[in-house]
Amino acid sequence: MIDWSLPSLSGRWIVVWRRNLRVWRKLAGPAVLGNFGEPLLMLLALGYGLGGFMGQVNGLSYLAFLASGVVCSSAMNTATFEGLYSAYTRLSVQQTWHAMLCTPLAVDDIVLGEAMWAATKGTMSAFAILVVMVILGVVHDPIAILALPILFLTGLCFASMALVVTALAHRYDFFLYYSTLLLTPMLLLSGIFFPLEGLAPAIQMAASALPLAHAVALVRPMVVGAIMPASLVLHLLVLLGYTAVALYVSTVLLRRRLLA
Amino acid sequence: MTAIRLRGLTKCYGTDTVVDGIDLDVRRGECFGLLGPNGAGKTTTLRLLLGHTHPTSGNIEVLGYGIPQEARAMRARVGVVPQQDSLDPDFTVVENLYTYASYFGLRGADLEARVVELLELASLTAKANAGVLQLSGGMRRRLTLARALVNRPDLVILDEPTTGLDPQARQLIWQRLRSLLTTGTTLVLTTHYMEEAARLCDRLAILDRGRVLALGSPRELIAAHIEPRVVEVHGPGVETWRLSHGQHLASRTEQVGETVFCYTTDDQALLADLTTRPDLWFIHRPASLEDVFLKLTGRELHEEPRK
Repeated sequence: MIDWSLPSLSGRWIVVWRRNLRVWRKLAGPAVLGNFGEPLLMLLALGYGLGGFMGQVNGLSYLAFLASGVVCSSAMNTATFEGLYSAYTRLSVQQTWHAMLCTPLAVDDIVLGEAMWAATKGTMSAFAILVVMVILGVVHDPIAILALPILFLTGLCFASMALVVTALAHRYDFFLYYSTLLLTPMLLLSGIFFPLEGLAPAIQMAASALPLAHAVALVRPMVVGAIMPASLVLHLLVLLGYTAVALYVSTVLLRRRLLA
Repeated sequence: MTAIRLRGLTKCYGTDTVVDGIDLDVRRGECFGLLGPNGAGKTTTLRLLLGHTHPTSGNIEVLGYGIPQEARAMRARVGVVPQQDSLDPDFTVVENLYTYASYFGLRGADLEARVVELLELASLTAKANAGVLQLSGGMRRRLTLARALVNRPDLVILDEPTTGLDPQARQLIWQRLRSLLTTGTTLVLTTHYMEEAARLCDRLAILDRGRVLALGSPRELIAAHIEPRVVEVHGPGVETWRLSHGQHLASRTEQVGETVFCYTTDDQALLADLTTRPDLWFIHRPASLEDVFLKLTGRELHEEPRK
């Protein structure tokens, strides 16, 4: 018997979110170092090193072009990792969710709390890159801060998608299907490392069917101070649509898994 | 007053009936035991009580709440000690208690006082700031029990609370459970330690294949289902002795491997005969819950795969 009802959106998710924050605070040192260190090294090496051969890309320095895309993929990667490996650890190894289900919390609260937490972590790592971009002189306009809500939504979208995969997983290796078959191709074909415009129309179509390209289309002009695209609402709707569907599906699947 | 009321409770997975029409009443303030071999349906019954799975048919009422519809409200007043360890390994002892309390929406001075109380109850005051990974198995179990009490529950559900513990650790858990009973808390526990059931439980139900085979106090179950004296005999000539003497002197005999179990109401003649047999060794003891359990559920191994 499967409970197909819509997720109940109560405020109880906050205690799940706070529990994860409390764990994160204990291990924050290496996490923050990773958040800043890795993108800094990558942007320096690729942005300056590779960028030196490339000149301008779509009217931007390659460093600015790359960094404004990586800020999105970083939100995606961090939220995805949290929604896959960390969430699966809490689901199966640590039995954290089972403990929560012995209290007034319901599966719906747990899924929403986990998704919000993973989105928060994604936003933190994206924020770290924005700071690096300020330091490197790529971001000038404080308006770039407006990208944070979009980056949070990007994190929420990929966190919810990751929770769908986690709900179906019975071992960590299962996640490789998702990351190899979907995430990595999407990462390479979403206009982060090079512009999409030169690619075959079929690839462009495929990319625009997936959410990352839409996050990049929204965030890049915001952080480099360019003019927002006319299709702003469309991009936003794609992100929201993926989020809503993935949140619903992951809730239904986890209800089935935990309350069988 | 009933703490739990089950009527016609049935749970099927596909064609497999795991819980098969259980009727039970657990009274407020009693310690109620669910006994049964692996695959008897004990854990599934507890999951049904908590609203973690929906019954195929039948009715469940826990503390007056209809389950599963009102499971959330019910769980606010119930404590659970799960079979599998679910403590947070990244947290210290107190952090575990505070975090679990937050799931109930508890906070403030009242909670702080409660945590101090619980540390004392679990004999973990000295370990308050130790990481969970540094605790022994017994300490982890006590912390799990303390955690289950953070909301001052009216009912505590324990799934094999002492499995895997050494005798000292087990005794300490039993003491704590007894002191909970004196405060009027209702306890429901599953176990396959007969000694634990006999010592702790006011009443118990023996389950097998999803059905209640027997229900009553440990003493009632022994009186109703088995002869009061047991003589276990073994030795080289035990098989022929059983046929020539044993089965005439005892009301019932049973051979398991090399041992003959003689069940009887009057063991005088049996013992007199055995003292003349230097080739046979015997143990003479009162009938126990284990004898009832084995009689009702059989001696063969129950090794159905677990979910």
